[in-house]
Amino acid sequence: MNKSLNLALGVLTAVLMVAAIYMVFVYVPTEADQGIVQRIFYFHVPCAWVAFGAFGLVAICGIFYLWLGSQIWDDLGYAAAETGMVFCTLVLVTGSIWAKPIWGTWWTWDSRLTTTLILWLLYGGYLLLRAMADDTPQVARFAAVVGIVAAADVPVVVVSVRLWRTIHPAVLVTREGGHGLEDPRMVATLLVGLAAFTALFVWLLILRLTTLRMRTRIAKLAGELNLAHAAAGDL
Amino acid sequence: MENFGYLFAAYTIIFAVIFLYVVFIWRRQSRLEVELRSLEARLKDVREELKAREMTAQSRSAH
Repeated sequence: MNKSLNLALGVLTAVLMVAAIYMVFVYVPTEADQGIVQRIFYFHVPCAWVAFGAFGLVAICGIFYLWLGSQIWDDLGYAAAETGMVFCTLVLVTGSIWAKPIWGTWWTWDSRLTTTLILWLLYGGYLLLRAMADDTPQVARFAAVVGIVAAADVPVVVVSVRLWRTIHPAVLVTREGGHGLEDPRMVATLLVGLAAFTALFVWLLILRLTTLRMRTRIAKLAGELNLAHAAAGDL
Repeated sequence: MENFGYLFAAYTIIFAVIFLYVVFIWRRQSRLEVELRSLEARLKDVREELKAREMTAQSRSAH
């Protein structure tokens, strides 16, 4: 990828992130019931948004890889799975830190938490498969199928707070149909957080994809080098 | 400022994890760049050697 474009995306991410931090710690009012700890929400939700988007992208890349067989789809899916895993881990950790003062426990087997943990484990399995197995087309096809099947858990996580009895807050769309953010400054802070994390995700995805493309090129060059050595030996 | 410690911990972890992931990618990218350049140079050498051998073989057969 063009280095100046990558730099521009990095700068945009940094600016949005600084704006988001300012809004979280200075601009937004403190929530009446939960107090200061509610401010975790403004980065917790964007992490979840990005993780779900990343896993959706893994499924789309998997479909295109199985259909077209082009290496770029496999590399993009792998990069999205790894980046999504980072954000999914942050969702679980920040959610747990929020839960301790609010629920009085680090973890509970609530439907939203459990389905998110299952999602984390599924993509953990996907990454383990990629790390342990050789880079063969067969492994890539198998990983594509795992990525597609695992993404089926994403809509389950999203609707889990409405399908089952849960203590997890339904903030964006409440069970009554409205949204749980009363103050417009809270909505604005959340939107800036979402923009910052989306930009961060795209930037990280491109960085990771670049390394995977380099790895693919190295494998190709190593093959060419072996052939050239064999030809040199024949002469 | 009740529960400030939880808020601090959450944001510290978020930025620490992202920072470590960026460092991980950059280190890997630097290592791969070195490997890529080395492979390209080796491939160029082998191809040049092959070309030189071919030319030598051609000139011998012409004689």
